[in-house]
Amino acid sequence: MAAYDVIIIGGGPAGLAAGLYAGRAKLKTLLLEQMLAGGQAATTDLIENYPGAPEGTTGSKLTERMEEQAKKFGVEFLMAQVTDVDLHGREKIVITSEGRYQGKTVIIATGATHRKLGCPGEEEFTGRGVSYCATCDGAFYEDLPVAVVGGGDSAITEALFLTKFASRVYVVHRRDALRATKVVQDKAFAEPKIEFVWNSVVEEIKGGEMVEALRLRNVKTGALQDLPVKGVFIYVGLVPNTGFLKGQVQLDERGYIPVTANMETNVPGVFAAGDVTVKLLRQVVTAVGDGATAAVAAEKYIEENF
Amino acid sequence: MSEFISELTRDTYEEEVKRSELPVVVDFWGPRCAPCLALLPEVEKLAQEYSGRVKFCKVNCSQNRRLAVELKVMALPTFLFYKGGEVVAQLSGPDATKENIKAKLEELVR
Repeated sequence: MAAYDVIIIGGGPAGLAAGLYAGRAKLKTLLLEQMLAGGQAATTDLIENYPGAPEGTTGSKLTERMEEQAKKFGVEFLMAQVTDVDLHGREKIVITSEGRYQGKTVIIATGATHRKLGCPGEEEFTGRGVSYCATCDGAFYEDLPVAVVGGGDSAITEALFLTKFASRVYVVHRRDALRATKVVQDKAFAEPKIEFVWNSVVEEIKGGEMVEALRLRNVKTGALQDLPVKGVFIYVGLVPNTGFLKGQVQLDERGYIPVTANMETNVPGVFAAGDVTVKLLRQVVTAVGDGATAAVAAEKYIEENF
Repeated sequence: MSEFISELTRDTYEEEVKRSELPVVVDFWGPRCAPCLALLPEVEKLAQEYSGRVKFCKVNCSQNRRLAVELKVMALPTFLFYKGGEVVAQLSGPDATKENIKAKLEELVR
Protein backbone atom coordinates (compact mmCIF):
# COMPACT_ATOMS: atom_id res chain seq x y z
CA MET A 1 0.00 0.00 0.00
CA ALA A 2 1.45 3.35 -1.05
CA ALA A 3 2.16 5.60 1.96
CA TYR A 4 2.03 9.39 2.13
CA ASP A 5 2.54 12.16 4.64
CA VAL A 6 -0.65 13.89 3.55
CA ILE A 7 -3.64 12.56 1.64
CA ILE A 8 -5.92 15.33 0.42
CA ILE A 9 -9.43 14.20 -0.50
CA GLY A 10 -10.92 16.67 -2.98
CA GLY A 11 -9.33 18.88 -5.62
CA GLY A 12 -11.27 22.13 -5.37
CA PRO A 13 -9.63 25.39 -4.29
CA ALA A 14 -9.27 24.20 -0.66
CA GLY A 15 -7.60 20.94 -1.66
CA LEU A 16 -5.39 22.62 -4.28
CA ALA A 17 -4.19 25.24 -1.80
CA ALA A 18 -3.55 22.53 0.81
CA GLY A 19 -1.57 20.67 -1.86
CA LEU A 20 0.47 23.74 -2.70
CA TYR A 21 1.44 24.32 0.94
CA ALA A 22 2.06 20.63 1.65
CA GLY A 23 4.17 20.33 -1.50
CA ARG A 24 6.24 23.35 -0.58
CA ALA A 25 6.76 21.85 2.91
CA LYS A 26 8.23 18.82 1.08
CA LEU A 27 5.58 16.52 2.45
CA LYS A 28 4.81 13.49 0.29
CA THR A 29 1.32 14.42 -0.83
CA LEU A 30 -1.44 12.64 -2.73
CA LEU A 31 -4.49 14.53 -3.94
CA LEU A 32 -7.57 12.46 -4.78
CA GLU A 33 -10.23 13.98 -7.01
CA GLN A 34 -13.18 12.04 -8.35
CA MET A 35 -14.22 14.28 -11.21
CA LEU A 36 -12.60 17.57 -11.91
CA ALA A 37 -9.79 19.46 -10.23
CA GLY A 38 -11.17 22.88 -9.39
CA GLY A 39 -14.42 21.58 -7.96
CA GLN A 40 -17.47 23.78 -8.15
CA ALA A 41 -15.31 26.81 -8.93
CA ALA A 42 -14.09 25.16 -12.15
CA THR A 43 -17.57 25.32 -13.66
CA THR A 44 -18.28 28.87 -12.48
CA ASP A 45 -18.28 31.29 -15.39
CA LEU A 46 -17.11 34.53 -13.86
CA ILE A 47 -15.30 35.04 -10.57
CA GLU A 48 -15.12 38.71 -9.71
CA ASN A 49 -14.49 38.50 -5.99
CA TYR A 50 -11.10 36.80 -5.90
CA PRO A 51 -8.52 39.42 -4.92
CA GLY A 52 -5.87 40.13 -7.53
CA ALA A 53 -8.12 39.78 -10.56
CA PRO A 54 -9.92 43.13 -10.89
CA GLU A 55 -11.08 42.36 -14.43
CA GLY A 56 -12.57 39.08 -13.19
CA THR A 57 -11.48 35.62 -14.18
CA THR A 58 -13.23 32.43 -15.17
CA GLY A 59 -13.41 29.67 -12.62
CA SER A 60 -11.79 27.18 -14.96
CA LYS A 61 -8.78 29.43 -15.62
CA LEU A 62 -8.26 30.25 -11.96
CA THR A 63 -8.46 26.65 -10.78
CA GLU A 64 -6.37 25.32 -13.67
CA ARG A 65 -3.58 27.60 -12.54
CA MET A 66 -4.01 26.47 -8.93
CA GLU A 67 -3.66 22.88 -10.11
CA GLU A 68 -0.55 23.71 -12.12
CA GLN A 69 0.97 25.43 -9.11
CA ALA A 70 0.33 22.47 -6.79
CA LYS A 71 1.79 20.06 -9.36
CA LYS A 72 4.87 22.24 -9.69
CA PHE A 73 5.66 21.53 -6.04
CA GLY A 74 5.37 17.79 -6.41
CA VAL A 75 1.80 16.94 -5.43
CA GLU A 76 0.64 13.65 -6.97
CA PHE A 77 -2.84 13.83 -8.51
CA LEU A 78 -5.12 10.82 -8.96
CA MET A 79 -8.63 10.67 -10.38
CA ALA A 80 -10.38 8.25 -8.07
CA GLN A 81 -13.51 7.94 -6.02
CA VAL A 82 -13.06 7.44 -2.29
CA THR A 83 -15.29 4.58 -1.21
CA ASP A 84 -14.26 4.15 2.43
CA VAL A 85 -11.88 5.49 5.05
CA ASP A 86 -10.46 4.33 8.36
CA LEU A 87 -9.19 7.44 10.12
CA HIS A 88 -8.86 6.23 13.69
CA GLY A 89 -5.46 4.52 13.57
CA ARG A 90 -2.08 6.21 13.78
CA GLU A 91 -1.86 5.67 10.02
CA LYS A 92 -5.05 6.67 8.20
CA ILE A 93 -6.38 4.38 5.47
CA VAL A 94 -8.17 5.71 2.40
CA ILE A 95 -9.83 3.17 0.10
CA THR A 96 -10.54 4.32 -3.44
CA SER A 97 -11.73 2.97 -6.76
CA GLU A 98 -8.05 2.86 -7.78
CA GLY A 99 -6.57 1.23 -4.68
CA ARG A 100 -5.77 1.71 -0.98
CA TYR A 101 -3.57 4.47 0.34
CA GLN A 102 -2.07 5.15 3.73
CA GLY A 103 -1.44 8.61 5.18
CA LYS A 104 0.01 10.07 8.36
CA THR A 105 -2.57 12.82 7.95
CA VAL A 106 -5.72 13.34 5.90
CA ILE A 107 -7.16 16.65 4.75
CA ILE A 108 -10.83 16.44 3.84
CA ALA A 109 -11.65 19.02 1.17
CA THR A 110 -14.54 17.28 -0.54
CA GLY A 111 -16.66 20.40 -0.75
CA ALA A 112 -20.32 20.37 -1.50
CA THR A 113 -22.58 19.48 -4.40
CA HIS A 114 -25.55 21.37 -5.78
CA ARG A 115 -28.68 20.31 -3.99
CA LYS A 116 -31.36 18.68 -6.10
CA LEU A 117 -34.90 20.00 -6.04
CA GLY A 118 -36.38 16.58 -5.37
CA CYS A 119 -39.50 17.27 -7.43
CA PRO A 120 -41.10 14.94 -9.99
CA GLY A 121 -39.41 15.13 -13.38
CA GLU A 122 -35.99 16.18 -12.09
CA GLU A 123 -34.32 12.76 -12.40
CA GLU A 124 -36.20 11.88 -15.55
CA PHE A 125 -35.11 15.00 -17.42
CA THR A 126 -31.51 15.24 -16.18
CA GLY A 127 -29.48 15.70 -19.36
CA ARG A 128 -32.65 16.45 -21.36
CA GLY A 129 -33.33 19.93 -20.08
CA VAL A 130 -32.44 19.72 -16.39
CA SER A 131 -28.91 20.94 -15.69
CA TYR A 132 -26.68 21.86 -12.77
CA CYS A 133 -23.92 23.44 -14.90
CA ALA A 134 -24.68 26.53 -16.98
CA THR A 135 -21.16 26.80 -18.40
CA CYS A 136 -21.41 23.18 -19.63
CA ASP A 137 -24.86 23.32 -21.14
CA GLY A 138 -25.81 26.96 -21.70
CA ALA A 139 -24.93 26.94 -25.40
CA PHE A 140 -27.58 24.29 -26.15
CA TYR A 141 -30.26 26.85 -25.33
CA GLU A 142 -29.49 29.38 -28.04
CA ASP A 143 -32.65 31.46 -28.56
CA LEU A 144 -34.68 29.27 -26.23
CA PRO A 145 -36.37 30.22 -22.95
CA VAL A 146 -34.81 28.78 -19.78
CA ALA A 147 -35.35 29.04 -16.04
CA VAL A 148 -32.87 29.27 -13.20
CA VAL A 149 -34.11 28.11 -9.82
CA GLY A 150 -32.59 29.84 -6.78
CA GLY A 151 -31.72 33.30 -5.52
CA GLY A 152 -28.15 33.09 -4.24
CA ASP A 153 -24.84 34.05 -5.85
CA SER A 154 -24.56 30.88 -7.94
CA ALA A 155 -28.10 31.18 -9.28
CA ILE A 156 -27.83 34.83 -10.28
CA THR A 157 -24.28 34.63 -11.68
CA GLU A 158 -25.28 31.70 -13.88
CA ALA A 159 -28.54 33.42 -14.90
CA LEU A 160 -26.43 36.32 -16.16
CA PHE A 161 -24.19 33.88 -18.04
CA LEU A 162 -27.23 32.24 -19.67
CA THR A 163 -28.41 35.56 -21.13
CA LYS A 164 -25.57 35.14 -23.66
CA PHE A 165 -27.52 32.29 -25.26
CA ALA A 166 -31.12 32.05 -24.11
CA SER A 167 -33.96 34.16 -25.49
CA ARG A 168 -35.29 34.68 -21.97
CA VAL A 169 -34.06 33.71 -18.51
CA TYR A 170 -36.66 33.30 -15.76
CA VAL A 171 -35.30 33.35 -12.24
CA VAL A 172 -37.63 31.36 -10.03
CA HIS A 173 -37.11 32.11 -6.35
CA ARG A 174 -39.11 31.06 -3.31
CA ARG A 175 -38.75 34.43 -1.59
CA ASP A 176 -39.42 38.00 -2.78
CA ALA A 177 -35.79 39.14 -2.50
CA LEU A 178 -32.43 37.73 -3.59
CA ARG A 179 -29.63 36.51 -1.32
CA ALA A 180 -26.96 37.20 -3.95
CA THR A 181 -24.28 39.87 -3.44
CA LYS A 182 -25.56 43.39 -4.14
CA VAL A 183 -23.42 44.08 -7.23
CA VAL A 184 -24.56 40.79 -8.75
CA GLN A 185 -28.19 41.68 -7.99
CA ASP A 186 -27.81 45.10 -9.62
CA LYS A 187 -26.51 43.50 -12.81
CA ALA A 188 -29.39 41.05 -12.88
CA PHE A 189 -32.04 43.74 -12.32
CA ALA A 190 -30.54 45.77 -15.18
CA GLU A 191 -30.50 42.80 -17.59
CA PRO A 192 -33.53 42.97 -19.92
CA LYS A 193 -33.48 39.23 -20.71
CA ILE A 194 -33.93 38.27 -17.06
CA GLU A 195 -37.43 38.07 -15.61
CA PHE A 196 -38.03 37.30 -11.94
CA VAL A 197 -40.74 34.95 -10.74
CA TRP A 198 -40.94 35.68 -7.00
CA ASN A 199 -42.38 33.62 -4.14
CA SER A 200 -42.49 30.53 -6.30
CA VAL A 201 -41.34 26.94 -6.01
CA VAL A 202 -41.11 24.21 -8.63
CA GLU A 203 -43.74 21.52 -8.09
CA GLU A 204 -42.93 19.51 -11.18
CA ILE A 205 -40.74 19.52 -14.27
CA LYS A 206 -42.92 18.56 -17.21
CA GLY A 207 -42.25 17.48 -20.76
CA GLY A 208 -42.31 14.70 -23.30
CA GLU A 209 -38.91 13.70 -24.63
CA MET A 210 -37.45 16.99 -23.41
CA VAL A 211 -38.42 19.58 -20.81
CA GLU A 212 -41.39 21.69 -21.88
CA ALA A 213 -42.55 23.52 -18.76
CA LEU A 214 -42.19 24.04 -15.03
CA ARG A 215 -45.24 23.67 -12.86
CA LEU A 216 -44.82 26.48 -10.32
CA ARG A 217 -46.66 27.11 -7.07
CA ASN A 218 -46.85 30.56 -5.56
CA VAL A 219 -46.05 30.08 -1.86
CA LYS A 220 -48.10 33.15 -0.85
CA THR A 221 -51.30 32.50 -2.79
CA GLY A 222 -51.04 28.78 -3.56
CA ALA A 223 -51.76 29.57 -7.22
CA LEU A 224 -50.32 27.16 -9.81
CA GLN A 225 -48.96 28.15 -13.18
CA ASP A 226 -47.03 26.47 -15.98
CA LEU A 227 -43.95 28.32 -17.16
CA PRO A 228 -42.94 27.18 -20.65
CA VAL A 229 -39.16 26.66 -20.79
CA LYS A 230 -36.83 24.28 -22.61
CA GLY A 231 -34.19 24.16 -19.91
CA VAL A 232 -33.99 24.50 -16.16
CA PHE A 233 -30.78 25.20 -14.25
CA ILE A 234 -30.92 24.31 -10.58
CA TYR A 235 -28.98 26.31 -7.99
CA VAL A 236 -30.87 25.84 -4.74
CA GLY A 237 -28.04 25.49 -2.29
CA LEU A 238 -25.50 22.88 -1.35
CA VAL A 239 -25.13 19.53 0.35
CA PRO A 240 -21.74 18.62 1.83
CA ASN A 241 -19.93 15.62 0.36
CA THR A 242 -19.47 13.78 3.62
CA GLY A 243 -21.51 10.59 3.14
CA PHE A 244 -18.36 8.45 3.25
CA LEU A 245 -17.31 9.92 6.63
CA LYS A 246 -20.20 8.73 8.80
CA GLY A 247 -18.89 7.26 12.05
CA GLN A 248 -15.37 8.49 11.27
CA VAL A 249 -15.43 12.24 11.85
CA GLN A 250 -17.90 14.37 13.75
CA LEU A 251 -20.45 16.05 11.47
CA ASP A 252 -23.09 18.64 12.33
CA GLU A 253 -26.81 17.99 11.81
CA ARG A 254 -26.55 19.14 8.18
CA GLY A 255 -23.51 16.98 7.45
CA TYR A 256 -20.81 19.69 7.55
CA ILE A 257 -17.58 19.12 9.51
CA PRO A 258 -16.95 21.32 12.57
CA VAL A 259 -13.30 22.40 12.74
CA THR A 260 -11.07 24.43 15.03
CA ALA A 261 -9.39 27.64 13.84
CA ASN A 262 -6.49 25.39 12.76
CA MET A 263 -8.79 23.21 10.66
CA GLU A 264 -8.60 20.24 13.03
CA THR A 265 -11.54 17.84 13.13
CA ASN A 266 -12.34 15.84 16.26
CA VAL A 267 -9.95 13.08 15.05
CA PRO A 268 -6.21 13.72 15.60
CA GLY A 269 -4.35 13.93 12.28
CA VAL A 270 -7.52 14.56 10.30
CA PHE A 271 -8.15 18.09 9.05
CA ALA A 272 -10.88 19.63 6.92
CA ALA A 273 -10.91 22.69 4.68
CA GLY A 274 -13.24 24.65 2.43
CA ASP A 275 -16.95 24.29 1.74
CA VAL A 276 -17.20 20.97 3.58
CA THR A 277 -16.60 22.68 6.96
CA VAL A 278 -19.02 24.56 9.18
CA LYS A 279 -18.47 28.21 8.23
CA LEU A 280 -20.16 31.48 7.37
CA LEU A 281 -18.78 32.09 3.90
CA ARG A 282 -18.26 29.41 1.24
CA GLN A 283 -16.14 31.07 -1.44
CA VAL A 284 -12.85 30.44 -3.26
CA VAL A 285 -11.20 33.15 -1.18
CA THR A 286 -12.04 31.44 2.12
CA ALA A 287 -11.38 27.93 0.80
CA VAL A 288 -7.78 28.62 -0.15
CA GLY A 289 -7.09 30.09 3.30
CA ASP A 290 -8.52 26.98 4.94
CA GLY A 291 -6.44 24.74 2.71
CA ALA A 292 -3.20 26.53 3.51
CA THR A 293 -3.91 26.40 7.25
CA ALA A 294 -4.84 22.71 7.10
CA ALA A 295 -1.57 21.84 5.33
CA VAL A 296 0.55 23.71 7.85
CA ALA A 297 -1.40 22.16 10.74
CA ALA A 298 -0.81 18.72 9.16
CA GLU A 299 2.92 19.46 8.89
CA LYS A 300 3.03 20.41 12.57
CA TYR A 301 1.08 17.30 13.55
CA ILE A 302 3.56 15.08 11.67
CA GLU A 303 6.54 16.77 13.34
CA GLU A 304 5.03 16.18 16.77
CA ASN A 305 3.75 12.65 16.27
CA PHE A 306 6.08 10.82 13.88
CA MET B 1 -6.18 12.88 -32.77
CA SER B 2 -6.53 9.66 -30.89
CA GLU B 3 -6.08 6.30 -32.56
CA PHE B 4 -8.61 4.76 -30.19
CA ILE B 5 -11.40 7.34 -30.40
CA SER B 6 -13.06 8.49 -33.61
CA GLU B 7 -14.32 12.03 -33.90
CA LEU B 8 -17.93 12.04 -35.09
CA THR B 9 -19.84 14.52 -37.19
CA ARG B 10 -23.43 14.55 -38.36
CA ASP B 11 -22.28 12.94 -41.63
CA THR B 12 -20.39 10.05 -40.05
CA TYR B 13 -22.74 9.27 -37.14
CA GLU B 14 -24.96 6.84 -39.04
CA GLU B 15 -22.07 4.78 -40.41
CA GLU B 16 -19.85 4.85 -37.32
CA VAL B 17 -22.48 4.34 -34.64
CA LYS B 18 -25.71 2.93 -36.02
CA ARG B 19 -24.05 0.38 -38.30
CA SER B 20 -21.23 -0.62 -35.97
CA GLU B 21 -20.73 -4.34 -35.31
CA LEU B 22 -19.21 -3.59 -31.92
CA PRO B 23 -21.04 -1.90 -29.06
CA VAL B 24 -20.38 1.84 -29.15
CA VAL B 25 -19.92 4.58 -26.58
CA VAL B 26 -20.20 8.22 -27.65
CA ASP B 27 -18.70 10.97 -25.49
CA PHE B 28 -20.42 14.35 -26.04
CA TRP B 29 -18.11 17.10 -24.91
CA GLY B 30 -17.46 20.79 -25.45
CA PRO B 31 -14.44 23.06 -25.09
CA ARG B 32 -16.18 25.18 -22.41
CA CYS B 33 -17.25 22.19 -20.34
CA ALA B 34 -14.60 21.79 -17.66
CA PRO B 35 -15.80 18.38 -16.41
CA CYS B 36 -15.70 17.10 -20.01
CA LEU B 37 -12.10 18.18 -20.43
CA ALA B 38 -11.13 16.53 -17.16
CA LEU B 39 -12.69 13.26 -18.31
CA LEU B 40 -11.12 13.16 -21.79
CA PRO B 41 -7.77 11.64 -20.72
CA GLU B 42 -9.61 9.04 -18.65
CA VAL B 43 -11.85 8.18 -21.59
CA GLU B 44 -8.73 7.82 -23.72
CA LYS B 45 -7.38 5.25 -21.24
CA LEU B 46 -10.68 3.36 -21.25
CA ALA B 47 -10.71 3.39 -25.06
CA GLN B 48 -7.33 1.65 -25.02
CA GLU B 49 -8.44 -0.81 -22.37
CA TYR B 50 -11.61 -1.78 -24.28
CA SER B 51 -9.99 -1.65 -27.69
CA GLY B 52 -11.46 -4.34 -29.98
CA ARG B 53 -14.45 -4.85 -27.67
CA VAL B 54 -16.14 -1.43 -27.61
CA LYS B 55 -15.87 1.30 -30.20
CA PHE B 56 -15.24 4.77 -28.74
CA CYS B 57 -16.45 7.95 -30.44
CA LYS B 58 -16.64 11.56 -29.39
CA VAL B 59 -18.62 14.57 -30.52
CA ASN B 60 -17.41 18.12 -30.08
CA CYS B 61 -20.76 19.76 -29.40
CA SER B 62 -19.61 23.29 -30.11
CA GLN B 63 -19.03 22.21 -33.74
CA ASN B 64 -21.81 19.64 -33.96
CA ARG B 65 -24.56 21.11 -31.83
CA ARG B 66 -27.25 20.00 -34.24
CA LEU B 67 -26.19 16.37 -34.03
CA ALA B 68 -26.26 16.55 -30.22
CA VAL B 69 -29.69 18.16 -30.15
CA GLU B 70 -31.06 15.65 -32.68
CA LEU B 71 -29.91 12.90 -30.33
CA LYS B 72 -31.64 14.73 -27.44
CA VAL B 73 -28.34 15.48 -25.78
CA MET B 74 -28.75 18.79 -23.95
CA ALA B 75 -26.18 18.40 -21.17
CA LEU B 76 -22.45 17.90 -21.05
CA PRO B 77 -20.75 15.66 -20.42
CA THR B 78 -23.12 13.00 -21.82
CA PHE B 79 -22.20 9.43 -22.67
CA LEU B 80 -24.51 7.36 -24.86
CA PHE B 81 -24.00 3.59 -24.93
CA TYR B 82 -25.16 1.68 -28.02
CA LYS B 83 -25.73 -1.98 -28.73
CA GLY B 84 -26.94 -3.07 -32.18
CA GLY B 85 -27.36 0.57 -33.16
CA GLU B 86 -29.76 1.33 -30.29
CA VAL B 87 -29.11 3.44 -27.20
CA VAL B 88 -29.12 1.11 -24.21
CA ALA B 89 -27.83 3.50 -21.54
CA GLN B 90 -27.05 7.17 -20.93
CA LEU B 91 -24.96 9.05 -18.36
CA SER B 92 -25.25 12.83 -18.09
CA GLY B 93 -23.92 15.72 -16.06
CA PRO B 94 -23.00 14.77 -12.49
CA ASP B 95 -23.74 11.08 -13.17
CA ALA B 96 -20.99 10.90 -15.81
CA THR B 97 -18.18 9.83 -13.47
CA LYS B 98 -15.30 7.59 -14.43
CA GLU B 99 -16.66 4.84 -12.16
CA ASN B 100 -20.16 4.97 -13.67
CA ILE B 101 -18.75 4.95 -17.21
CA LYS B 102 -16.68 1.85 -16.38
CA ALA B 103 -19.71 0.09 -14.93
CA LYS B 104 -21.75 0.78 -18.09
CA LEU B 105 -18.89 -0.44 -20.29
CA GLU B 106 -18.81 -3.70 -18.35
CA GLU B 107 -22.55 -4.13 -18.94
CA LEU B 108 -21.98 -3.43 -22.61
CA VAL B 109 -19.39 -6.20 -23.08
CA ARG B 110 -21.02 -8.73 -20.78
